[in-house]
Amino acid sequence: MYQLYLVLQARALTSQTAESDAIRFLVGTQSLKFDNQIHIIDFDDENNIISKSVLQHQAGEIWHISASPADKAVLTTCYNKSEAPALSLSQLGASVFPAQVVSSESRVVTCGAVWRMPPEWESGSHESPDDPHNSHNPQNLELLCHLDNSSHGNASCVLWEPMGDGKHVISLADNHALLWDLTESSTQATISSSATLEGKGQLKFTAGKWSPHHNCTQLATANDTAIRGWDLRTMSQIYCIENAHGQLVRDLDFNPNKQYYLASCGDDCKVKFWDVRNINEPVKTLEEHSHWVWSVRFNHSHDQLVLTGSSDSRVILSNMVSISSEPFGHLVDDDDLSDGEDNHQDEKTKEPLQDSIISTYEEHEDSVYAVEWSSADPWLFASLSYDGRLVINRVPRALKYHILL
Amino acid sequence: MDGDICATATTPPDSDPARKRRVHGMLKLYYGLNEEGKTVDQAESMNPCDINGTHFDPEVYLNKLRRECSLGELMDQESCMVKQIRSLDSDMQTLVYENYNKFISATDTIRKMKNDFKKMEDEMDCLSTNMAAITEFSAHISGTLQDQHAQITKLSGVHTLLRKLQFLFELPARLNKCLELQAYSQAVSSHRRARCVLQQYSHMPSFRGIQDDCHAIMDKLAQELRQKFRDGGSSAKDLSECVELLLQLDEPAEELCDKFLIHAQSRLEANLRGLEAETDILEFIDRGCNEFVSSLCLVIASYQELFVNRPQEGNLASKNIPHMAIGKLHAFVDAMATCYFSLVERRIQEEKSVGDNSLLVRALDRFHRRLQAVAKLLPGSAVPSQGTEIVVRAARERIQQYLAALQSFYLDSLRDVRQALAAPRLATGKDAPASLPELLSSLSASILNQIKSVMASVQLFTAKDITFSNKPYFKGEFCSQGVRESLVVNFIKFVCQSSRQFCESVGDRGGSTPPALLLLLSRLCLDYETSTITYILTLTDEQFLVQHRSPVTAVAALCGEAREAAQKLLNHYVKVQGLIISQMLRKSVETRDWVNTIEPRNVRAVMKRVVEDTTSIDVQVSLLYEEGTRKAHSSDSSKRTFSVYSGSRQQTRYAPSYTPSAAMDTNFLSNIHKLFSERIDIFSPVEFNKVSVVTGIIKISLKTFLECVRLRTFGRYGLQQIQVDCNYLQMYLWRFVSDENLVHFLLDEIVGSTAHRCLDPAPMEQSVIEVICERG
Repeated sequence: MYQLYLVLQARALTSQTAESDAIRFLVGTQSLKFDNQIHIIDFDDENNIISKSVLQHQAGEIWHISASPADKAVLTTCYNKSEAPALSLSQLGASVFPAQVVSSESRVVTCGAVWRMPPEWESGSHESPDDPHNSHNPQNLELLCHLDNSSHGNASCVLWEPMGDGKHVISLADNHALLWDLTESSTQATISSSATLEGKGQLKFTAGKWSPHHNCTQLATANDTAIRGWDLRTMSQIYCIENAHGQLVRDLDFNPNKQYYLASCGDDCKVKFWDVRNINEPVKTLEEHSHWVWSVRFNHSHDQLVLTGSSDSRVILSNMVSISSEPFGHLVDDDDLSDGEDNHQDEKTKEPLQDSIISTYEEHEDSVYAVEWSSADPWLFASLSYDGRLVINRVPRALKYHILL
Repeated sequence: MDGDICATATTPPDSDPARKRRVHGMLKLYYGLNEEGKTVDQAESMNPCDINGTHFDPEVYLNKLRRECSLGELMDQESCMVKQIRSLDSDMQTLVYENYNKFISATDTIRKMKNDFKKMEDEMDCLSTNMAAITEFSAHISGTLQDQHAQITKLSGVHTLLRKLQFLFELPARLNKCLELQAYSQAVSSHRRARCVLQQYSHMPSFRGIQDDCHAIMDKLAQELRQKFRDGGSSAKDLSECVELLLQLDEPAEELCDKFLIHAQSRLEANLRGLEAETDILEFIDRGCNEFVSSLCLVIASYQELFVNRPQEGNLASKNIPHMAIGKLHAFVDAMATCYFSLVERRIQEEKSVGDNSLLVRALDRFHRRLQAVAKLLPGSAVPSQGTEIVVRAARERIQQYLAALQSFYLDSLRDVRQALAAPRLATGKDAPASLPELLSSLSASILNQIKSVMASVQLFTAKDITFSNKPYFKGEFCSQGVRESLVVNFIKFVCQSSRQFCESVGDRGGSTPPALLLLLSRLCLDYETSTITYILTLTDEQFLVQHRSPVTAVAALCGEAREAAQKLLNHYVKVQGLIISQMLRKSVETRDWVNTIEPRNVRAVMKRVVEDTTSIDVQVSLLYEEGTRKAHSSDSSKRTFSVYSGSRQQTRYAPSYTPSAAMDTNFLSNIHKLFSERIDIFSPVEFNKVSVVTGIIKISLKTFLECVRLRTFGRYGLQQIQVDCNYLQMYLWRFVSDENLVHFLLDEIVGSTAHRCLDPAPMEQSVIEVICERG
């Protein structure tokens, strides 16, 4: 377990998707008082050293961050922009019942934007972890374009096309899902199509995930207790799991190896696994957390490994073998076996492995709002709690060998 | 002479055997009858000195005496000698005299005999002449009668033959007559007598004719018998007679058996058909027993009489009829019994109403009892054991039905409770919780009563006067596996399971199960765990004398299950109630524009509602659960702790946040603080007491509040409003929880997070907050 304090509170965490060599995570901070930052966390696997670089994100506090799958330097954020009229500091601590303060224009808007990290960030603003405050003039992110959605409301997240060329993003704003086309340099974004969730009351997307399957033509979104699937070609709904969770659905993730399998988590403390072809019942339900589950992630390579983070300050790594793409463990390739019959017998003798909780990580002191697998090392993951603590853990070695061998 | 007298006087002849012998010996010598004396002679012959010996030599003797003896002795010898001589002389005289007399009488007798014989000789001569005459006559007579005798013998032989022939010739007519008179047995016996003869002489045309006639008649007879047999209207006795006759007529026994059985079958089937109409199980079984089973017994008995037990005679013996017949009988009985059993089973299965078990038990008892008769009649038959199996199956079935009845009773009771919980609330508002303990006690009492009554019903199966109660199944497995496991244990498990289902199926959607019901069920399960299960199982074991040969569910396991269910229900109750309050809080946080809110003037209504709801939950739980322990707190916790929490520490925590350099300290402090406070599990299992339950609910509510706050951005007055709200909650919630520090900590976090999320964090003065809160 390796950890690092970010000083500022944070909710947004992503791995640098396009980076396949270095173990690198991006964290966006949340502060209403200071300039917000993008922290680039590097983990040196051999020496077990965490190092951190900081880029300024002055636009506002970051609620969601997402890295381009094509270009290491490109990322998107969803940030809060406060449009409050400047309040003079002299008013602070003044009379307890001051005269009616003119604050009716104050407004907090959440926007999305595409950014580029300055090329020299690595050399320029590298901080040693021992001295986090010695941040002399961290560099700014370079704004590529706004995902301007003033007409569509507050953006809750921005999704890159998985394994794409970094030309398409989807932003979820209130009850709209907007598909954006980016230009080659990502400096301009145009809405190519959009879908709107209609219904009673104030509907709002809380989370979404772009499916890596079906040629990236599907999107899953969560609003309140329902999970919906969308076909991006027609921008129409394909399925809807009403009451997927007892309460709010907080996060979704697609199984990277099984195209119909989807994991969701929510305020009912449960993690549910769905086969979207049969939405009446979840395939499996985990009920290990003692408070809301905010984040769920399949391991990119070994989809039996499922990571969940919860506001009970715990991170749980589960081994969902029975519904994974390798229900009998790692199958030996046919080529390795000369005799086909032996192979057959081998498969039979292998009992389906039991689903189990591999480990519960209790290093965090505050709610964990984000967990993420490293894109470079499938056995490594990071979790981020609200107090700004980032923890990097490894899958237990015994399990790793068990899966590999 | 004197000496002689003296000798006779002193020694009487009788009393001196030696002397008498000597005398005899001398007489014998005299008559030459001295065979005996020869030995004496031989012994003494050589001694010339032996005065009695034959070789006695007086000279030698004298010389010897003279030489050896003195004078005195010689004198004595001489006088003795004289005496002896005298006595000898007298003896001799007596003998002579006696013998003379005898001789004379003998002579007389001989003379008389001579005369008699002469007379007899004459008579004998006469007789012999007479006999000769008789012999002559007799020979003459027999010679004359010889011829006539031979003739008579011959005649009598012819007569007999003729009589037999007449019988034969009359046979067809007689048979016909018998046929007419239906005296079949006579006909058959007549025919049997003639059959051999006819067979023997069948080469003669006349006999052949008779034989053919007879055959024709007998065929007709057989036909008629068969007809009669087939008609079946006749009584069993008639039938058996029929069969006997047919058997004697060389009818194949196998065929007869078949026919007999077919006939019986038709009658039995008629019985069975009659059964189907019955409605009452006891009546049904009664009728089945009286009609079918007794008919079956009758059939078996008469069949055995006819085919199996009959004395085997003549050629019938060789065919081994009994063996074949028994086989057929078994097959038949089995087939019939199967039909009957299937009927009975169907009927038993229709017996679904569980109200009165005694009827069924009595019916089964009768059924079982009557089958024993079959067992006696037909040893080795599978029928009684099959019957027992049916009884066993029925008993099993019954247990299942009782289980189902218990379960539905339980569900009905639950529904009633539910309605009772819902109804008064609609009518009289807040009176509903008051009846919770009553509902609980009436529910558990009615369940217990139901279990007891079911057990009493089931116990009928094992009553002493029921024939099948001593079967091994009813002694062992029925009690342990059947009643204890299948009925009682399964029911308890069902109670636990159905209770658990309230947590699972409905839980997510929330609300459809009234929380009060969850609470009540939880208490019910807990009561089961502590006492009821033990009581029920002990009762069962006592009433049924359960001997645990096979492994049975342990009381502890059941209790564990009940406790688990109770725990789950209570947890769920906490979750549901917490959720209700959480939803209110969440809505209140999410729907408000916290940036542009106005300065707080009073506590938001939702907070008052939260406190109200918490209070009513507290009341509700206290009706069923004990108070529980809480950490000691001061007399006025609300004020003291609040001042600490919102006063100095609040300042030190958030004041430095205005300068970037102090940011680290903020986090550092908050982390240090968290390091020393225990991790709070929000949806953690609660204990079985009121404080723990209410603490759980408050924890859930406040945590939700915290998480919602963190998702929002606040203006200055937003923060102040939260401060006011939290202070209000602090004032009222501490009294409900086990550890007031928990409430402080969570409220502290809320206010802290709000301050973090505040664009313009200017906290309100504590005194003002208190004024607002006290104003309500």
